[in-house]
Amino acid sequence: MKYGSNTVRVLAAASIAAVAAGLAGCSSSPESGAGDGDIEGTTIRVTLANHVWTETIKELIPEFEKETGAKVEISQLAEDQLSDQYNVKLNAGTDEIDVLMYRPLQENKLFASNGYLADMTDMVEGDKKWDWSDFQSGPASLTTYEDEVVGVPIITERTVLYYRKDLLEEAGLEVPTTLEELDAAAAAIHAQHPDVAGYIGRTGKSAAVTQLSAFLYSFGGDWIDDDGKSAIGSDEARSAYKYYGDLIRNHTSATINPEMSWPEAFAVFQQGKAAFIADADSLYKNMTDPTQSTVSDQVGFAPFPQGAAGSKPYNVAAWALAINETSEKKDAAWQFIKWATSAEQTVAMTKLGVTGARTSAWEDGDAIADFPAELVEAIKVNGENGVGHDRPLVFQVSQAREIVGDPIVTAIAGGDVDAAVDSADKAFDAFLAEDSE
Amino acid sequence: MTSLQTPDDVGAAERFSRWADRNRKWLFAGPSIAFTALLLAIPLGWTLYLSFTDAKRSVRRDFDFNGLENYLGVLTDTERFWPSVWRTFAFTAGALTFELILGMIIALLLWKPFRGQGVVRTIVLLPLVATPVAVGMMWRLLFEPNIGFINEMLSWVGIPPQPWLADPSTSLATLTFVDIWQWTPMVALILLAGLTSLSDEPQEAARVDGANGWQRFWYVTVPLMRPVIIAAVLLRGIDALKTFDILYATKGKGGGAFHDVETLNVYAYGLSFDYNEYGVASAVLILFFLIILAVIWVLQMQRKGRES
Repeated sequence: MKYGSNTVRVLAAASIAAVAAGLAGCSSSPESGAGDGDIEGTTIRVTLANHVWTETIKELIPEFEKETGAKVEISQLAEDQLSDQYNVKLNAGTDEIDVLMYRPLQENKLFASNGYLADMTDMVEGDKKWDWSDFQSGPASLTTYEDEVVGVPIITERTVLYYRKDLLEEAGLEVPTTLEELDAAAAAIHAQHPDVAGYIGRTGKSAAVTQLSAFLYSFGGDWIDDDGKSAIGSDEARSAYKYYGDLIRNHTSATINPEMSWPEAFAVFQQGKAAFIADADSLYKNMTDPTQSTVSDQVGFAPFPQGAAGSKPYNVAAWALAINETSEKKDAAWQFIKWATSAEQTVAMTKLGVTGARTSAWEDGDAIADFPAELVEAIKVNGENGVGHDRPLVFQVSQAREIVGDPIVTAIAGGDVDAAVDSADKAFDAFLAEDSE
Repeated sequence: MTSLQTPDDVGAAERFSRWADRNRKWLFAGPSIAFTALLLAIPLGWTLYLSFTDAKRSVRRDFDFNGLENYLGVLTDTERFWPSVWRTFAFTAGALTFELILGMIIALLLWKPFRGQGVVRTIVLLPLVATPVAVGMMWRLLFEPNIGFINEMLSWVGIPPQPWLADPSTSLATLTFVDIWQWTPMVALILLAGLTSLSDEPQEAARVDGANGWQRFWYVTVPLMRPVIIAAVLLRGIDALKTFDILYATKGKGGGAFHDVETLNVYAYGLSFDYNEYGVASAVLILFFLIILAVIWVLQMQRKGRES
């Protein structure tokens, strides 16, 4: 075949044109949202985190789809991966996400100030039947930024003390009501059962910060003082760090995994290898579900023990739903959120074990009937005593958690806590100065 | 060409056609070369640009130039940056050394044909096929100090349980081992390809001259294999410098609580995704890029140096 022949030239030109056209057609065109109001046929893309709430809502979504004719596409990830996803996608200004489940304590300030979250003030205040005022004030304030409502809280949680009823009975002890009693009980049980840890808790530098907060507040300390300076260098804070580190280290003969977040710490308890763990009460189903926990029938729940400053667990909105500012289907997204957080749905979810943010759901005797009675008691007590934040409320929460979490790791490893607190205190002050810019 | 045509006689279309004809290899490969170049150049250019700014929290926010401030900050950071550089090189050197030695042994063993060699080659290649993240998670479970199988096996022979990944002083070495486990097959493959391409004559000549196995290997095989060895070092070395998956899958953010496995790549990732400090992260990445370029340059010099 000669290169110069006409046939070849025409064929070459035609094939190049065809490829070019194909490439142009390959680029996906953005989905056009349906008109306002009627969302039939729209696909709402929702990103959710691994949580009891997500497992529950997934079962109820077919009802929503039948009611409205819309389709819901779920993308579900673990919390760290979810944060990374948001960082990438929201940073790029994607319109692929309509509804996002996020952590108000970790991300509200950052996302809202970055302009990632749509202003929902008119939406939430406009619907009287849905009733924004029914939401508890603490959680509602956490999803507000500069007087604009940017999220709807869906999960509230408080620090509850999970304990093994059988081990406690065997040791002849009462449920600890003070931190000293907790330490003594952990020691006694570990002495009786050397392969069981007296206490297990989160050990990861960032992960443990939120659980340490209950100990911190109960000792009388806090993360940031009223002047906006670091408060972790105070004597009360030091005692809290030391207490937490000793509590985990002294009552176990196993090697302590230094990167445990709640799934790993819970796994130890679920396998029957720990007597106490103080962590979020919203996760209680992991303990009572026989398919996950070998000790599901022996789990007890107690209010957080008292420290020198009383019992001060945290009482916060752990997760909330928001609308992506660059989404083209804000109306459909709002309809989904309205449905998922309506009073009826919240009651239905509460019946299935989700700790929501609506006052009406907590007052509905029917809804909380399936909760373990002890847990309901603990929730009431913790709710009254609770502090409204479980971590420093700053813009760059990740970085802050690493700084204030550093002494925790040192304390658990049995190192020089005072030195670690001193350097963390200085670093935190430097961070706070920069963060508030 | 049957008749000569002067340039004036040739029309524009014909001129273009002849030019296209002469350069057809560039024209046809052109679009994909351009696409690849853009795919590499645009992110690199954007990263370079960001490294001179104070971009943070979100790239959609306004940010200003701050000159070389990011670079100065990074280069004087003895807490995170320089230790991560040291860890990157320690990890790479350790992994590469053992991968070369073990790979060479495996290649030598597989060199001469033997019965069942297909099966053996497949088995040897298996670690390569698994996804690095899955490998990371699998080894994380195996090395778990309390419920992991490795410590269980050690207890059968009376060795006390080791902390492996849980202890900052042993975690990087443990992960080096995981890297060796996964990538030795690739090095072995490359070296085997080199070995099979060698001619028999130098080996025969050496044998006739009375050289023993080791002398033949060291004085005949290795010098002849030099370009292949350097190619293997180049390929594997650059990947090892950039290792991220097994480190992140086993120790998580920041390379563990004490940053014990934080290499440059893990550090830059943390700066971007945990701290949202895009300017500083970009500076770290550009420096990392320059380090890798320097390594490649040194290896290229090695390759050219002795070949002459």
